[in-house]
Amino acid sequence: MKSYQAIRTTPAPDSAVVRGPGEVEVRLRVNGATRTMSVEPRVSLLDALRDRLELTGTKKGCNQGACGACTVWVDRRRVLACLTLAISCENREVATIEGLADGDTLHPMQQAFLDADALQCGYCTPGQIMSAVALLAEGHAGDDIEIREWMSGNVCRCAAYPHIRAAIRRVRDEKGSGDAAR
Amino acid sequence: MRPVSYSRVADVGTAIGTVSADPESAFLAGGTTQVDLMRIYVEQPHRLVDISDLPLNQVEELPGGGLRLGGLARMSDVAQEPAVVRRYPMVAEALLLGASPQLRNMATVAGNLMQRVRCSYFRDVAAGCNKRTPGTGCSALDGVNRGHAVLGTSDCCIATHPSDVAVALVALDAVVQTEGPAGRRSIPIDDFFLLPGQTPEQEHPLTHGELVTGIDLPPLPVAATSRYVKIRDRESYEFALASVAVAMSVAGGRIAEIRLALGGVATKPWRARAAERVLDGAPATIEAFTRAAEAELAPAVPHGMNAFKIELARRTMVRALEEMAQREGTA
Ligand code: FES
Ligand code: FES
Repeated sequence: MKSYQAIRTTPAPDSAVVRGPGEVEVRLRVNGATRTMSVEPRVSLLDALRDRLELTGTKKGCNQGACGACTVWVDRRRVLACLTLAISCENREVATIEGLADGDTLHPMQQAFLDADALQCGYCTPGQIMSAVALLAEGHAGDDIEIREWMSGNVCRCAAYPHIRAAIRRVRDEKGSGDAAR
Repeated sequence: MRPVSYSRVADVGTAIGTVSADPESAFLAGGTTQVDLMRIYVEQPHRLVDISDLPLNQVEELPGGGLRLGGLARMSDVAQEPAVVRRYPMVAEALLLGASPQLRNMATVAGNLMQRVRCSYFRDVAAGCNKRTPGTGCSALDGVNRGHAVLGTSDCCIATHPSDVAVALVALDAVVQTEGPAGRRSIPIDDFFLLPGQTPEQEHPLTHGELVTGIDLPPLPVAATSRYVKIRDRESYEFALASVAVAMSVAGGRIAEIRLALGGVATKPWRARAAERVLDGAPATIEAFTRAAEAELAPAVPHGMNAFKIELARRTMVRALEEMAQREGTA
């Protein structure tokens, strides 16, 4: 191994506030509301949502970043809740499938999934929908090839893919990709 | 996952000071490797230091014409940065062909370089693995090794380096900027990745608490005509079986400049220097491309199930070069 000349700087002493490893109070913004809970730092955002906040719409498929069932938005970007620690989401905006509808009116993507019969067992569906709405906002739904590529992070065991793409096309063609994400 | 404490830090000095003072601590950024490996007990830090808020997420022009990717810039952001797309297309392509949209929104480019191997024995704490637990042997040598490396292996480890973007960065001669307890260093990327040899647990020349703050892309006009070709079991959301990063210019039918690197087949992102030597000044023909690929793969060592990768890598190299030459010819 070669060694490279180091330019000496002085690292600051260990001054960071340590929280945990026991339960600590964590305050999250979820679907626009502030929620406070007591969790250990090791608890994932997925487990915090499902087990602490009873927001069970977000699903646990693989719990290792391989399926997309746990897709939520953090600061308006689609991410995997299973590989995100809940405590790391403080001061960020979390959005889940439960926050998508406007009262009793489904989000257009939820309605399109129903109309296009874009699910069979439904286990992957909340993740698919969170991903699909983000996909339109990102502008990655130009044609079916693009949709397929940019939805590849959401695996469907029932292989409902053709109908999922149909639902996405429908929302894309109805309202353009401008204001799909709220 | 074992219990772990958590701190979020706001400046680089505190991040480095905190992690370097505690051997049981680790940086946390995108989390796509760190949280995954903690959950399966492959990594067991007692303390996480969250560096997501550090001001290291920009892509900046460097004096002299290069570009600095901030260590904490997300894969998805770097991939759509206009200067990257225009001047270093193979970097943008490699980023977009990696992982999934969700993972690219989380993972940082520094984290991408620091990610661990996907060898199933490395990930299984019940299996022998010299990289995870030195001295316990390599279960992959005569195990399920279809995805393993054929270049740069040793009798201690044959795990493939999983990164796509690192392959493009190696072809570019990028420079890794770090800051640690001993100060700042600039490490040429080819030296940033270590061959397994007899110490596969040592993957980078970094000390504990040393942070990758940025990745510098040098000014390199030929990089504007570059691409990344990736071959895998499924078309998306999958690691490479073989991949090629190539930048090439052709003048008067001859190769004027060439940069070539391989992914998916080696224990580190693999600069194809033997192939570059064959190609430099050679006619841009399939014969030369084939000779170059064969020269690069001559030292390749198969391990049972992965023997197909040698032929696959040869074909992938020839195809990438051919497509590049066609594009250059019609430009
Ligand atoms: S549960 Fe998160 S990706 Fe599968
Ligand atoms: S509808 Fe069953 S997994 Fe997608």
